[in-house]
Amino acid sequence: MIELKNVSKWYGTTQVLNDCSTTVSNGEVVVICGPSGSGKSTLIKVVNGLEPFQKGEVWVDGVSVGDPKTDLTKLRSRIGMVFQSFELFPHLSVMRNLIIAQMKVLKRSEDEAVSRAESLLDRVGLLAHKSKYPGQLSGGQQQRVAIARALAMDPLAMLFDEPTSALDPEMVNEVLDVMVDLAKEGMTMMVVTHEMGFARKVADRVIFMDVGKIVEDCSKQEFFEDMSARSERAQHFLSKILSY
Amino acid sequence: MNGFDFDVIDRSLGYLFQDGMMFTLKLTLLSATGGLILGTLLALCRLSKIPLLSTVAGTYVNLLRALPLILVIFWFYFLVPYIGAWLTGASRPVSVGGFTSALITFTLFEAAYYCEIMRSGILSVPQSQTAAAKALGLNRVQVLCSVVLPQAFRNMAPVLLTQTIVLFQDTSLVYVLSLTDFLGAAVKVAQRDGRLLEMYVFAAVVYFVICYCASQLVRYLQRRTAVSR
Repeated sequence: MIELKNVSKWYGTTQVLNDCSTTVSNGEVVVICGPSGSGKSTLIKVVNGLEPFQKGEVWVDGVSVGDPKTDLTKLRSRIGMVFQSFELFPHLSVMRNLIIAQMKVLKRSEDEAVSRAESLLDRVGLLAHKSKYPGQLSGGQQQRVAIARALAMDPLAMLFDEPTSALDPEMVNEVLDVMVDLAKEGMTMMVVTHEMGFARKVADRVIFMDVGKIVEDCSKQEFFEDMSARSERAQHFLSKILSY
Repeated sequence: MNGFDFDVIDRSLGYLFQDGMMFTLKLTLLSATGGLILGTLLALCRLSKIPLLSTVAGTYVNLLRALPLILVIFWFYFLVPYIGAWLTGASRPVSVGGFTSALITFTLFEAAYYCEIMRSGILSVPQSQTAAAKALGLNRVQVLCSVVLPQAFRNMAPVLLTQTIVLFQDTSLVYVLSLTDFLGAAVKVAQRDGRLLEMYVFAAVVYFVICYCASQLVRYLQRRTAVSR
């Protein structure tokens, strides 16, 4: 489904991705963790072409992302993305946030888009808020709307860029619950997160990154159970985030 | 108030408002609309990555903002007929009339100011909003028209309105082209009836009331846009 082959990226002379290769198959849930500045967010943004890269290849469902001939807008409409700071459109109501791309990109009729949006809002438990504006919702609610907005496009895969990092602690779970359900339904997901509980629960694989490199790429069992087999850098990182 | 005759106002109300104020409002609204559209296009050009576009737009804005409005009014009044002739291939300057000339002048002049306002408005919309819109599969034009510009207008609404109030006041400068706007109408009545002081006081009061109400609207908008984020 998603394949990265030897991807490298530079900002000027600073290398932010260093020869990254990995594959995500259909229905797989991959958690990407690592210290800040390690290139996790950049790695998933490369997948939907939000960040260009200089070397290597990225394939999504048989389409080459780096190919200048590729229609990136079409590709992006098939991959859902959820951002750390929600990025709902503040000037549009919750409902309009959910239907705008359905109508403009997928050319659905308004009725069709609204009914799809309603069923998704119902699913994330926010149907009652459909006429509100994003500013009237809590962070957790906004992020659930953002997930529903991405799902409304019926994506092949979902990318999550630290979806719970900007949330108050008591709101983290309501967002993680939605994500867990999604994972259980078989959605292909790449999730940048430090929520190791989430990784333990639903991840198939864990990728650990440091200074632009994929240091570890292994199954959840390997990653969490046999810590001594992990690289020193990963052990150090895990000991820090798992100590509390 | 011995010696003052405020009845002159009552007698000339129809002329002052139906002719004078209508002209002022028409000129203000049309040139504000035209200026805002052109200004937004200029702002997009200024922010463009294509060096030619941003240089041309930047030069235009800096040039017009460096010239006194009254000079531009004169300049266009004499220039527009020749441009018209050149565009249509006519052998003689095309007479376009004072109103059209004034409208073109104000539109082009205000566009330079609206451009700078819209430029900061566009820059006030976080890049991440663009990223989110792109991630949904919207193309560049859709990102701009559905996500960036509506937010830019909203953020800048108070400043845009303030600029429009200034434009409303500036339209009185059309007297140099012998056009009759509200102030022009008041002056004509004043001279005809020999009631200069009364008419000037009245004109000042009318301008004040309209601009004051508009600036209250700006304050209201500022408070509303402040909450929505």
